[in-house]
This record gives sequence, structure tokens and C-alpha cells, in this order.
Amino acid sequence: MNGGGRKGPGGGRGRSQQGQGKDGQQRRPMFRRRKVCKFCSDKIDDINYKDTKLLMPFVPERAKILPRRISGTCALHQRKLRTAIMRARQLALIPYTAE
Amino acid sequence: MNRKYELVYVISPDVSDDQVNELHSQIEAIVQRMGGQIEKTDNWGRRKLAYEIGRHKEGTYVLEVINGSGELMKEIDRRLKVIAETVIRHLVVRVDEEQGVIERTRARRTDTSRRRRVARGLPPDRQPGEGQRGEPDEDRDERFDLGEEMR
Repeated sequence: MNGGGRKGPGGGRGRSQQGQGKDGQQRRPMFRRRKVCKFCSDKIDDINYKDTKLLMPFVPERAKILPRRISGTCALHQRKLRTAIMRARQLALIPYTAE
Repeated sequence: MNRKYELVYVISPDVSDDQVNELHSQIEAIVQRMGGQIEKTDNWGRRKLAYEIGRHKEGTYVLEVINGSGELMKEIDRRLKVIAETVIRHLVVRVDEEQGVIERTRARRTDTSRRRRVARGLPPDRQPGEGQRGEPDEDRDERFDLGEEMR
């Protein structure tokens, strides 16, 4: 199970700037939880634009769509999520921007 | 060629309930005239809009599931566009294909899980109280949380 769900240096996608900051090559792997797609793990097949409760966590404060690199959503589900969010926005169920 | 569509429209809060019902019967008339049928109507009632549309801050949401042709939906779309005073937003989405895909993935998943369970010598269906975490409900249709507060 990949070292207790942790990510080694350079493992997986996302920003891997671990241990590059200070002098020399002091590579200390920063432990970060491995992200998993919420929809895959919860077995949610239907990402529906009417389901604001499901969509709201993916549009934080500024109401922008949360990028994959942060949420860990897989490509397929991110795509479905995007269409669902855009439809919900059109019906004023979800804001386009925060005022 | 009949397909399944979902129509959601948002009615201005100034409009009375009678007029909402009348609008619904108007749509019904169009649907019947063009050889379709309304499968389901769901009035979500009045809820707060996520952003202001014109001067409105609230709206009455109505969902209609319609079986019909593309021509029919085009006609409804055109009609709703004309009465922008009462219907402040509307959306038509074709749903039959997506629903088919969802059903297939769901069926495939139960199928594989059953097969694996049988291979492990277990009964094909999950027993009550088994497993670490609760499975999401099979039927997730009733989740248009109406009174939910939006930021």
C-alpha cells in the first residue's frame, strides 16, 4: 500500500518541491497524503448538476473550480464535475464568482 | 426519435403560484402537441439564487423530465426565451445517454463484486453489518436539498 499511503520524493503528480529550498542536497521527503479521487473511492457514478451538496466542496471561496492537482480527482470525474458545475452555474445554483 | 430530456426553469419570484401552474400546463400542451410526454414534474419551490439575476435574488425552480424529439425541445426553448420576464433562466439537458452509461457502470460494478465474492466463497450480496464503511445509497435521486443555504 505504498508505504502507508505516503508519497515519496517525486512520487505522483503535483508540486514536488520537497527539500529543494535550503543549501545543498538535503532531501528530506515531505510526507503528504496520497490524494484519491472522491468519486472513484465513494463510487459516485452520477455527477449531477442538481446536486449542489456534492458540487459545493469543489468550488471553494472564490467559487472557482478546484483544480485536479489539489482535489486529486481523476481526469474522467474532473471532466464530469466541470460540466455539472457549469450547468449548475447557469441555473444560479452555484455562483460564478464570489462578490 | 424520442429522447429523454431534463428541463429546469427558474421563474421570477413576483410570479404567483397560479401563473406557475399555468406555465406548466402551457409547456404540457406544447409537449403533447408535438408528440412527447412529461415523465415527471418536480417543483423545488422558491430558493435563493447563487447570484443576482437582474434584480432578482430568489426564484422558483421547476424540473420537468420530458420524453420527446429534439424539435420539441427546440420549440420549448424558443418559447421560454421569449418570456424572459417570467422565466429568468432555463436549461435543457439530454439525459438518456448519460443515464445509460451510469446504469451500465453500476451494473458492471455489482457484477464484478458479486463474482469476486463468490470466488472467495461468500454469498454474492453484502450482508448487513459487513464491511468497514457504509456504501453510498443505491438510489441517490432524492437529493435536491431544497432549503439548503447557499453562500
